[in-house]
Amino acid sequence: MAKSHISNNIRILRFNHNEMTQQQLADLVGVTRQTVVAIEKGKYSPSLELAFRIARVFKLQVEDVFTYEEEHEELQAGS
Amino acid sequence: MSYQEKKNIVSPLSAIVVFGVYSWNVVLRYIDMNPQGMELFRFWGAAILILIPVSMVARLLIEIIFIIINRIVTKEVAPSFADELDKIIELKAMRISYFVFILGFLLAMGSLVFQMALSSMFIIMFVSGFIADVAGISWRLYLYRKGV
Repeated sequence: MAKSHISNNIRILRFNHNEMTQQQLADLVGVTRQTVVAIEKGKYSPSLELAFRIARVFKLQVEDVFTYEEEHEELQAGS
Repeated sequence: MSYQEKKNIVSPLSAIVVFGVYSWNVVLRYIDMNPQGMELFRFWGAAILILIPVSMVARLLIEIIFIIINRIVTKEVAPSFADELDKIIELKAMRISYFVFILGFLLAMGSLVFQMALSSMFIIMFVSGFIADVAGISWRLYLYRKGV
């Protein structure tokens, strides 16, 4: 499976929000815990709608939660 | 291990058990009846048609037993809905399943072209349905573990 170019800081944000559990976040955004786990691990890039819902939970903009990394940025970092 | 992963480990096992037991019964009936001509068509038609409800009911029962055991052991509640990740994985698994079945179908047609016994064509179709099912479930498990 190709590694996603979208990274996120959901784990940190959960921790900073009264140590919110994955299940609590999943319930708030209407997905299963498995999906939250997959997003946190970078195994799944959520739909735009779900990304907005996650950002709303933390009262942030989508860009503050998710970051898109260009491929050339990765190559530069690797060299 | 998540609920979905555990469920996708139980599913192929139940598919193998149900298909194995049913196939064994079909083989015994085939040897017993030794159908010829039109009777052969009727026999395989019935075997494939009956497999569908039998398989559905048996696997539903196994899934219910799994849910109960899983609940008792882990106290984990089964998700009551399929979210966007579940739907994407389901679609990808279905695509693999169809692809495998089409291969089986082509093989079955090939057996007719090469003038093999008529039963061979039905057996290939019968088995390819099972392999397609297991391939779909296995792919689903792979996607849940590795990501989409």
